[in-house]
Amino acid sequence: MSEIFGIPVAVILGQLTLGLVNGSFYALLSLGLAVIFGLMGVVNFAHGAFYTLGAFAALLGLQYFGINYWAALLLAPLAVGIVGIIVERLFLRHLYRLDPLYGLLLTFGLALIVEGSLHQVFGASGESYPVPDSLAGVLNLHFMFLPLYRAWVIVASVVVCFGTWFVIERTSLGATLRAATENAPLLQAFGVNVPILKAATYGGGVALAALAGVLASPVVLVNSHMGTSLVIVVFAVVVIGGMGSILGAIVTGLALGVIEGFTKVIYPEASNIVVFIIMALVLMIRPAGLFGKE
Amino acid sequence: MNFRTLGAATLAVFLAVMTQRPALAAGDEVVIGDLDDMSGVYADVMGAGGIESIKMAIADFGGTVLGKKITLLTADHQNKPDIGASKFREWADQNGLNMLLGGSNTGVNIAMEKVGAVKKVPLFHIGPGGASLTNEDCTAYSIHYVYDTTSLANGTATAIVNSGAKTWFYLTADYAFGTQLQSAASKVVEAHGGKNVGAVRVPLGTADFSSFLLQAQGSGAQVLGLANAGTDFSNSLKAANEFGVTKTMKPAALLAFISDIHSLGLKTAQGLYLTTAWYWDLNPETRAFAKRYFAKMNREPTMDQAGAYSATLTYLKAVKAVGTTDSDKVMAELKKMKISDMFTRSGYIRADGAMIHDMYVMQVKSPQESKYSWDYYKLVKTMNGEEAFGPITGLCPLAPKK
Amino acid sequence: MSVRRTAIFYALIAVFALCVPWLGIYPVFMMKLLCFAMFACAYNLLLGFGRMLSFGHAAFFGSAAYVTSWLVTAHAWGPATAILGGVAAAAALGFVIGGIAIRRHGIYFAMITLALGQLVYFVCLEAPFTGGENGLQGVPRGTLFALLPLRSDVVMYYLVLGVFIGVFLFIRRVVHSPYGQVLKAIRENEPRAISLGYDINRYKLLAFVLSAVIAGLAGSLNALVLGFATLTDVQQSTSGEVILMTLLGGTGTFFGPVVGAAIVVTLQEYLSDIVGGWVTAIIGVIFVACVLSFRRGIVGELAGRLLRSDPKRPVAGAPG
Repeated sequence: MSEIFGIPVAVILGQLTLGLVNGSFYALLSLGLAVIFGLMGVVNFAHGAFYTLGAFAALLGLQYFGINYWAALLLAPLAVGIVGIIVERLFLRHLYRLDPLYGLLLTFGLALIVEGSLHQVFGASGESYPVPDSLAGVLNLHFMFLPLYRAWVIVASVVVCFGTWFVIERTSLGATLRAATENAPLLQAFGVNVPILKAATYGGGVALAALAGVLASPVVLVNSHMGTSLVIVVFAVVVIGGMGSILGAIVTGLALGVIEGFTKVIYPEASNIVVFIIMALVLMIRPAGLFGKE
Repeated sequence: MNFRTLGAATLAVFLAVMTQRPALAAGDEVVIGDLDDMSGVYADVMGAGGIESIKMAIADFGGTVLGKKITLLTADHQNKPDIGASKFREWADQNGLNMLLGGSNTGVNIAMEKVGAVKKVPLFHIGPGGASLTNEDCTAYSIHYVYDTTSLANGTATAIVNSGAKTWFYLTADYAFGTQLQSAASKVVEAHGGKNVGAVRVPLGTADFSSFLLQAQGSGAQVLGLANAGTDFSNSLKAANEFGVTKTMKPAALLAFISDIHSLGLKTAQGLYLTTAWYWDLNPETRAFAKRYFAKMNREPTMDQAGAYSATLTYLKAVKAVGTTDSDKVMAELKKMKISDMFTRSGYIRADGAMIHDMYVMQVKSPQESKYSWDYYKLVKTMNGEEAFGPITGLCPLAPKK
Repeated sequence: MSVRRTAIFYALIAVFALCVPWLGIYPVFMMKLLCFAMFACAYNLLLGFGRMLSFGHAAFFGSAAYVTSWLVTAHAWGPATAILGGVAAAAALGFVIGGIAIRRHGIYFAMITLALGQLVYFVCLEAPFTGGENGLQGVPRGTLFALLPLRSDVVMYYLVLGVFIGVFLFIRRVVHSPYGQVLKAIRENEPRAISLGYDINRYKLLAFVLSAVIAGLAGSLNALVLGFATLTDVQQSTSGEVILMTLLGGTGTFFGPVVGAAIVVTLQEYLSDIVGGWVTAIIGVIFVACVLSFRRGIVGELAGRLLRSDPKRPVAGAPG
């Protein structure tokens, strides 16, 4: 059984594995989007920009302050989360009473500012972040050589994703967050500071994006547009999964990464568009998305 | 402020900005333009360094020609054909452009060439590789100056096939340059008894090469032909190392610049064969130029940066010889004259626009062999111009096949 | 603004537009400006009067540009028929994308159009006839109806200006028609429009297709003006730009998108000489400023201020 339909099994398994790596990024990013949308009703177009910022924070931290990978994994999301909180306080909070479209447009503008500035300062070609020594090896999976780092990406993102899901769905903090989504004025009446909760949520959501950025920095090139097209795919993932569903975002993200990998085997030309085609199909059959409630 | 005055003021400023164009150079200037990738994957290859070497050429020529001041316009085409073509057209229409240099991106250069043909402005292709610029896409006003896909393939692919590696799989940059480089290499491989197993097309500026490399590895070929350039080249090579592809396949750098080798480091790049039109450490003249350049840019010039210097001088010499900037007369002179400077000792421009000159097949030194900084290449073979660029194909109507 | 003042305003603009070739303004720049103004007007029809925020409108602009260029270069069609072909392609695409997207509202609509626009981008990147990263180059302008050669920039300018004026008047006509009134009713209160018995999806889809058609017309003309169709025409940043033009000028006003397009195109052409690559970031800043404090756009704000001093007219809508 070394071939299926004339395609070596090794190649199929290899692409599926790489698809799972991509899916891990989709899952982390769509999770952050879903958290922000679920609580704040904001579609965060700047999500890709925060992902990029996370990667740049790691890269610049290493180059200028000698901050190593493991510290960056913690510090970069923290720094970007603080930026997110500032953005929420300065800009986003003025828009809550308006049509949610304005939130989308505002974050789109923010994304242009971040990506445009990074492009101007660091150029378009980008740099790669060195793989940390402890993860530098290669796993021989027999069907392929998988760099140890990529395996780590899958593990790390799955742990973070389900950790976040657990916090939101199974803890009292999560219950408070969900209550704020359902009925913010009532929660405020109980003495919960909802504006701070919202700022913290936005900070947390973009910190997840930044974490994805740090994880991605040794895998992809760190450059100003690394998040630009990714965020569009992630939007499609979120539409497929159904907005606001945490579990939906995670599962759909991973699954679509794998489907994309599979497409690369059978019809590589379509690998860039398969997510969008699936989105169109899902919308025809289930407009609310696979996990969404209408 | 009154809102109506604000509106009126906005309109006034708008009109003022729009009508205030730089006046057409009314014959009192010779205007040279440089349109290139200043910020993208090819910025290190030409970019700011290219501007510097053009400035050096203008200064070395004395800053004036035919008693007119030489001015230089520069812009970033961002690897977008639309930006390159519009900017070129604008300079030709509005700024009295006499000559344009640049490119680095075959797709952009093809677009610019169409403008050059309509506006009758000579265009020196410096960085683009596509041999189609002197074949099916050729025009009467374009000159392909530094290297082309044919000469690269004749150099590198020949050297590798002759070393015994016969089966090839290509990782190809998905635009005019990549596809032309791949097809040129494929022809050479077949002509020397090798076999082309397959190819995968990769978008320009790809961030993650892993899935493409997996396809390459699945092919079972001996050679991984990298039909890409700039940071795409260095990144794909790094990823090939990371995924263990280089354990089973031998990478072939179909186009590599010294800036790429510098950023990869000798440890990764050692042993690679590559073909170049110029190397800073070839002879006393190249070293003299490189020393002046290094003093300004703090790195050694690439073949494109050296070529831009030479092309600027060549154009100015032609203008001086015919005593006018009239494009047709200058082009006629360019195709007649001999080119001899630190870039080439015996170059000439063929009827199809190709500048024919020696090309060098090099091998990257190992860290032990490298004695001083930027000591990266050892010369494997010098190809004379005719061998490197091959015969006239007849695809360009300006140069019928003999 | 009073009717008389509006008339004077439009007359002044028209005189200016007619004189452009003699004012030393680069005609290619003015044609590009007009094409984008047309594109923004098309977008405004959808956003301003239908309240549908499409994030993928470059798909229509760009696909029409590609089809027109392809018909001219590969099949030697004349400019008029090639433009028609491009517009037809945009209409068909508008029908499909619109048909999918109007199933959802608001931000979902925005995300779906964004994703489908990206799909069109990838198709243009990979389809065999689009030239991939190179785009289609050297598109000749040809001869209109075998009579009028368009090679001269001045002739082409008047053609583009004529088409633009036609489109502008057409949009006004549509908005003031009974159809336009229903569209506005849907914009204001969709459930109410449903309860009044309107098949709102049909109205919305028609608005979407109309908008796609005009965007396509703008894209086709732009391709003929510049002589090429490239990926820039279909990419997401172009969709973003047209949103900004409409928003900055004033959504739901007639002249706002024109003002917005003029400002954005001028910024891109002239600012880039001064500030270089900072243009994208500056556009982002304008976006943020618009959303935070300038939501009615320049023309909307101006009209709002003027109306307050003009008690005879109710405070609503646009000049004219």
